[in-house]
Amino acid sequence: MKNAKDRLVELNTELLDQEKLSVLEGYIEGLEDKAGSLIHVLHKAQGLFGYLPENLQLHVARKMDLPAAKVNGVVSFYSFFTQEPRGKHTISLCMGTACFVKGADKIFKTLKDQLGVENNKMTEDGLFTLKDIRCVGACGLAPVMLVDDKVYGHVKAEDIQRILQKYRDEEDSNGH
Amino acid sequence: MAIKSLEELKKIREASKKKVDLREKGESTEGMTEILIGMATCGIAAGARETMKALYEAIDEAGLDNVRIIQVGCMGYCHSEPTVQVSQPSKAPVLYGKVDEQIAREIITKHILKDEFIDDHLLNKTFVKA
Amino acid sequence: MSNFTRQVMVCGGTGCIASESDVIIDRFREGLASLGLEGEVQVLKTGCFGFCGQGPIVKIHPDNVFYVKVTPADVSEIIQEHLIKGRRIERLLFTDPKTQIRLEKHEKMEFYQKQYRIALRNCGFINPEDIEEYIAFNGYEALGIVLSEKTPQEVVQIVKDSGLRGRGGGGFSTGLKWELAAKSPGNEKYIICNADEGDPGAFMDRSILEGDPHSVLEAMAIGGYAMGANHGMIYIRAEYPLAIERLNIAMKQAREMGFIGKDIFGSGFDFDIEIKLGAGAFVCGEETALIHSMEGQRGEPTKKPPFPAEQGYKGKPTSVNNVETLANICPIILKGPEWFGSIGTATSKGTKVFALAGKVNNVGLVEVPMGTTLREIIFEIGGGIPDGKAFKAVQTGGPSGGVITQADLDTPIDYESLKSIGSMMGSGGMIVMDEDDDMVEIAKFYLDFTQDESCGKCTPCRIGTKRMFEILERLTNLEGDPEDLEKLQDLGRMIKDSALCGLGQTAPNPVLSTMKYFPEEYEAYARREKKTTYAIDSEKCIGCTACVRVCPVNCITGSVKEPHVIDETVCIACGACYDVCRFDAVVKP
Repeated sequence: MKNAKDRLVELNTELLDQEKLSVLEGYIEGLEDKAGSLIHVLHKAQGLFGYLPENLQLHVARKMDLPAAKVNGVVSFYSFFTQEPRGKHTISLCMGTACFVKGADKIFKTLKDQLGVENNKMTEDGLFTLKDIRCVGACGLAPVMLVDDKVYGHVKAEDIQRILQKYRDEEDSNGH
Repeated sequence: MAIKSLEELKKIREASKKKVDLREKGESTEGMTEILIGMATCGIAAGARETMKALYEAIDEAGLDNVRIIQVGCMGYCHSEPTVQVSQPSKAPVLYGKVDEQIAREIITKHILKDEFIDDHLLNKTFVKA
Repeated sequence: MSNFTRQVMVCGGTGCIASESDVIIDRFREGLASLGLEGEVQVLKTGCFGFCGQGPIVKIHPDNVFYVKVTPADVSEIIQEHLIKGRRIERLLFTDPKTQIRLEKHEKMEFYQKQYRIALRNCGFINPEDIEEYIAFNGYEALGIVLSEKTPQEVVQIVKDSGLRGRGGGGFSTGLKWELAAKSPGNEKYIICNADEGDPGAFMDRSILEGDPHSVLEAMAIGGYAMGANHGMIYIRAEYPLAIERLNIAMKQAREMGFIGKDIFGSGFDFDIEIKLGAGAFVCGEETALIHSMEGQRGEPTKKPPFPAEQGYKGKPTSVNNVETLANICPIILKGPEWFGSIGTATSKGTKVFALAGKVNNVGLVEVPMGTTLREIIFEIGGGIPDGKAFKAVQTGGPSGGVITQADLDTPIDYESLKSIGSMMGSGGMIVMDEDDDMVEIAKFYLDFTQDESCGKCTPCRIGTKRMFEILERLTNLEGDPEDLEKLQDLGRMIKDSALCGLGQTAPNPVLSTMKYFPEEYEAYARREKKTTYAIDSEKCIGCTACVRVCPVNCITGSVKEPHVIDETVCIACGACYDVCRFDAVVKP
């Protein structure tokens, strides 16, 4: 664990992207009902930055005249907000009841094994983040897996390797 | 234009009815054929965008200028997404399910051009509307 | 412009074409032409009516007469008798085998009677991004009538008289809810549309918003007028981007045409709507939690009273109505409360949309009159269980509901009957389970959901659901004891009695109901009995290795083209090998 002083220094030195920050500030200033719009502001911030690190939460709190603890309380309450950086691709596995009944839990285990990460974590290479999500409403295709916006329906455990490899290959060919 | 009375609304409705008469009654004032494609989240997840693209391409290839594609919500037939309804003048609407890109092309080349049904993909409408 | 007064619709499905429906169409066209009637009667070839056993089928509009087993020889009689003289031809009318009563209107036929669409009436038929198409289907007429001809009290009375109850779960009278908000003092009031569809298996609200957004906007304006609210708000999950986009388009169009905004229909009534985004929390379906979330807070519920009708959003009188509930409002205004009240059961009027999913052939949204039985929904509309498997149970009410077994399949469903058999209506998720499903695992799935979604405010829910989940984990890991079953029951009852909000009070339901109907499955786990495992028939196995590749625990071994073996000590009986084997070599326990 870092001590509090180190943490504070880190907060102050970690630079947030100034361009994105000014967009966010503009958005906050344009709000009529600031206090009631915290969730909208956080949506905007996550849309811009991809996730909500602590220093960004602190920044939002100061701009909105709210205690940082309250902002963090809201961020940690809702599953849509994430405090961890996300991989290049987000793999979302639908854990709705229809998908569960059709074996989504087994697919999830296979994904965890093959990616070597737990739920809501990013792979070491930064390529994927694994997430379980609630019903996406495509129950006719259960079990359903999404890689970013691309939907894979009727997924079987043995398909996973092939699907992941596709994204890894893409990355490789971009790299060279 | 803001509508300020029921009479004004009814005028707009009469004018708009032409748009949907074909869908309901198989009547058309313009001789247009209409293809409705279910573009709700479920349909899109099942590949409705690709289906729609294939429909546009096939219409283009066939050189048809009297076919209109309309995006609609879902009819609830999740088991058969993507769904497509074809409404031609003087014919009752026909509903197709599981329309992938190939079936989309067949809807143009067979159903519209040759008046043949694609039997394996016909869906029955199993409800009445209020 | 066509001047057809009648339409003859001839089925052009495969079955009917095989029985000469093409010839029938030709005969009709020739016959009508020879009488100079081709401009008055239109002959149409339709898609399959789905009644192939009775084909060829001919339907006559607008008389709504339905002839079956029509032959080309019958055509001239239909033209002469029916189309010219207006007499029905009795011998060709459909005969219902059960009652032997000839029915002429095909809506009366059993096959078509099952689904009746009120809330979903426009879904799949109109372009949701084109307000004119909505108007063509009588859109905004209800709002126009209400604003120019009815007082707010009359509107409340119509909705009360219709018997409409909340479709989001609770089943509270919508008219009464509006009345309470209307009677609360104050000039600033709010009507909120709850589009935070949280049940992980229900998606009718999303479908309505994506397919017919104007019907919800119009109903909100009507509700606003009825209770004296000038502000409408839609609380919607951020996970529904397409629905949000379509709502935004619809709101823009409605504003341009003056259906929302200032002085609507010249009545002096002002009403505007804004969208508030949720961020993923099941508990926000509870109205007090939802209101806190809209105020930018954590979505934690508070105790009632005060009810939102007295003190809701920003402390002002508020009515929270679910999407499907609102989608019923315009038809009620246009067709009258008597019409709506004539559909359904004594206590539950109208229809309900169910999201039918799980182990059922026709996964989809179905809208049926209240009082329809589960058997009709699952086996007739849903087409039964796939792969010839046996039905085991159906879960209604999502994580707050319970399972219903074979014994109750013929119960006509409404709010009360579902409660009496230990489940609930909920928002309308309906998950079908077959013989392969492990009910303890299902209960664990729901408990995992609720303990994860518990907001943490009250102890019974925060800690109680967690402990229940842990006990279930212990049981399924074969580390439990028979006493655990008692603890589960006790905890379940305590949470039900003491939790603060609906989420907590209903959280134990999936466990308690599966324990009631499938006690033997819990007892087997409590005795630490390993679930019997699968085995491979060495005579039938050809060594294709398909099973090896799917086994999630790598317990199948064997060389290519040699019979394989399952290690029973490792096998978790998931059935993946059974499903994948094409040679029937995997033997079920």
